[in-house]
Amino acid sequence: MARPRPRISRDSNIEFIDDKSGARMVHYGTRFREVVLPRGSRVIYPNAPLEPLGNPRAAIRYALNHPEGADPLYAQLRPGMKLTIAMDDISLPLPPMKAPDLRELILTEILSQCADHGVDDIHIVIAVCLHRHMTGPEIRHCVGSKIFNEYYPDRLYNHDAEDQDNIVEIGQTPQGERVRLNRRAVESDLLIYVNINLVPMDGGHKSVTVGLCDYLSVSAHHNTHTMHKCHSYMDPRPEKSRLAKICNRMGEIVDKELNVFHIETALNNRMYGGPLSYLGRPETTWSQFDRAKFQASCALLERLPESARRGFFEKIPSHYELTAIHAGATEPTHDKILDACFRQYAVPVQGQCDVLVSGVPFISPYNVNSVLNPILIQVMALGYLFNMYRGSPLVKKDGVMILFHPCHEEFNRTHHPSYVEFYHRILSMGTNSYDIHQYEKEFADNPDYIHMYRHGHAYHGVHPFYMWYWGDAGRAWVGQVIVVDPENRRVPKQLGWESAPDFNTAMDMARSFLGKSQPEVTMSHAPPIMIADVEV
Amino acid sequence: MRAAAFYDVDGTLIDANVIHPYAFYATNDVTLSGKLGRTAKLVASLPLYAVADRLGRKFFNDIFYKNYRGILEDRLWVLGEELFDKVIQKRLFREMIDLMKRSRDEGYQQVLLTGAIEQVVKPLADYLDVDAYFANRLEIQDERATGRLLPPVLAGPEKAAFIRKYAIDNDLDLNLCRAYADSGSDIPMLSTVGRPVAVNPDANLRATATAHLWPIINAG
Repeated sequence: MARPRPRISRDSNIEFIDDKSGARMVHYGTRFREVVLPRGSRVIYPNAPLEPLGNPRAAIRYALNHPEGADPLYAQLRPGMKLTIAMDDISLPLPPMKAPDLRELILTEILSQCADHGVDDIHIVIAVCLHRHMTGPEIRHCVGSKIFNEYYPDRLYNHDAEDQDNIVEIGQTPQGERVRLNRRAVESDLLIYVNINLVPMDGGHKSVTVGLCDYLSVSAHHNTHTMHKCHSYMDPRPEKSRLAKICNRMGEIVDKELNVFHIETALNNRMYGGPLSYLGRPETTWSQFDRAKFQASCALLERLPESARRGFFEKIPSHYELTAIHAGATEPTHDKILDACFRQYAVPVQGQCDVLVSGVPFISPYNVNSVLNPILIQVMALGYLFNMYRGSPLVKKDGVMILFHPCHEEFNRTHHPSYVEFYHRILSMGTNSYDIHQYEKEFADNPDYIHMYRHGHAYHGVHPFYMWYWGDAGRAWVGQVIVVDPENRRVPKQLGWESAPDFNTAMDMARSFLGKSQPEVTMSHAPPIMIADVEV
Repeated sequence: MRAAAFYDVDGTLIDANVIHPYAFYATNDVTLSGKLGRTAKLVASLPLYAVADRLGRKFFNDIFYKNYRGILEDRLWVLGEELFDKVIQKRLFREMIDLMKRSRDEGYQQVLLTGAIEQVVKPLADYLDVDAYFANRLEIQDERATGRLLPPVLAGPEKAAFIRKYAIDNDLDLNLCRAYADSGSDIPMLSTVGRPVAVNPDANLRATATAHLWPIINAG
């Protein structure tokens, strides 16, 4: 790979390509590709990682002792009380962070205060909602061996959304949304929620109302009607995200009926660390050694089987660092963390493009230690990558998205059993969510899938529908999606996409579709995470 | 809904196989010599049964059920109840019982279909409150088992034929029916319905389930 001539200043995220700019690196699943963009293309890079807090443990203690809109945690603890601590599951952060996980640090501080105040009736519940239950080793990585050995499995466990004996309805919004939550959480004197806000969609009222609820409750907002009215769901303003609006409504009932102490955190975007840290920087900043490492990595990855490539990336933790932590009442706590999130992620961008180019990486929130199956490729493209904006989408209405991913038709049958049927049977009938929604309840009530969710490590039977709805706003907006160099061409076809053998052919297809010989092209150089503040 | 869920029993609903009930009968024989003789013969024959099962479930049944020769029919029924209380109930896969309840709530008829003998299966069927159960029947002469099974012997393809007939007799839509089993010998039974599920599958069944994208459940 020739060294690109630097065309950006160190303070700017935007680079415009000219004839001497050289190729750009894109993620291609568990591999990488180099793409030579047309002259005049715009490349948007994420912000550099913010400096972390110098002493995370001290910051945690400070947050617990100086909360927003609530009494300090120690003041709310008393001997003999019933306490439940809920925490985010394996979907956060991505990839899983290197030890010690932030949850371990926060739980250690909480439990220390509990011990000082005679609180010993403590359960720690992993707020999975309808995500798969975490395995023992995964839980151990999150909470650390000390807490794991003391609490697992009787007092440290996954929330079970299908254990109807332990789901309690605490109220209903005026719009008829039912708030049904984990019984232990509802009946506790105090519920503490430990959150990791990887993206602005997380946290706030979403934590408890979604993480600890059941299918009847989550279906109030996890549906196609809601997803079509999110512009985008990374923008937490209720007027922009119907998902946020409904979660807020339901969250008000939670705050009224329960005593909840939120602990929210923001991270920088240092996804890659150590010898891989160059992958998080623009190519123009790479040294010769970085370039050599990249070439060697690409060569090695091409020679490995896919399972080995996945195993390689599963062993590489992220190097995210804590940039902010706040605690207390839901809304004031969340507002401060959102500020911290956007300080890291927001990139001001002028104008939309006709063609948005992006690589799809190896990981999504739903395939940690697992396979990125075709449904999840779709959710990464039209769910997450498309929705990483505030204001307006990066791509114009009816524009083209060009994606890089090998598109293997592969599923992990332990984690995603219902996805197999959804992909082969439901998508064969069409890709319009309004049409396929009629089959949702059949999957939700399937006793086999319920068994695999409750007693195995499977996502709930209904989950592939939610993944499909997650791409609805993108599907409604984007005119055409083209996948470059898929190794299985059936996958793009089943998803309703086109495929091209190489980038130049994809660009020809885009020009033809748009009826423009020189469309405006933008490449989103994510991951690491960024959110484009698009001004049209 | 006109559909049923068919369940194999041994290895699917309970952590046991046909050897366990006979071992119970053997160790509860009327006489001490009977106890010792039957038990010793059973233990000595285990390798033979393992080979026979590999050759075919029907072949295995023909050899294995000879062990029941001479046992009084009344004793078979009485000990069958005791067997359930002392052995089988403790070996039930509770998650599968939960699954059966949900399946019933969804409107599926619940049907047990097993190669075990009816004296062993009836108490289980009553406990699970299923809509029907079908098991193998020992031939009885002069109030004693002859060691032979009455046709049709429920194993392999016979189970599949049975499901098809049951569906016709009960006006069921086979495409909507479910079936649960753990053994490669039950692939015909699983292939008959629209929604087969492999439960704790052996290597043979696991390979088929994987190739055909059937759900795989681990119970127990």
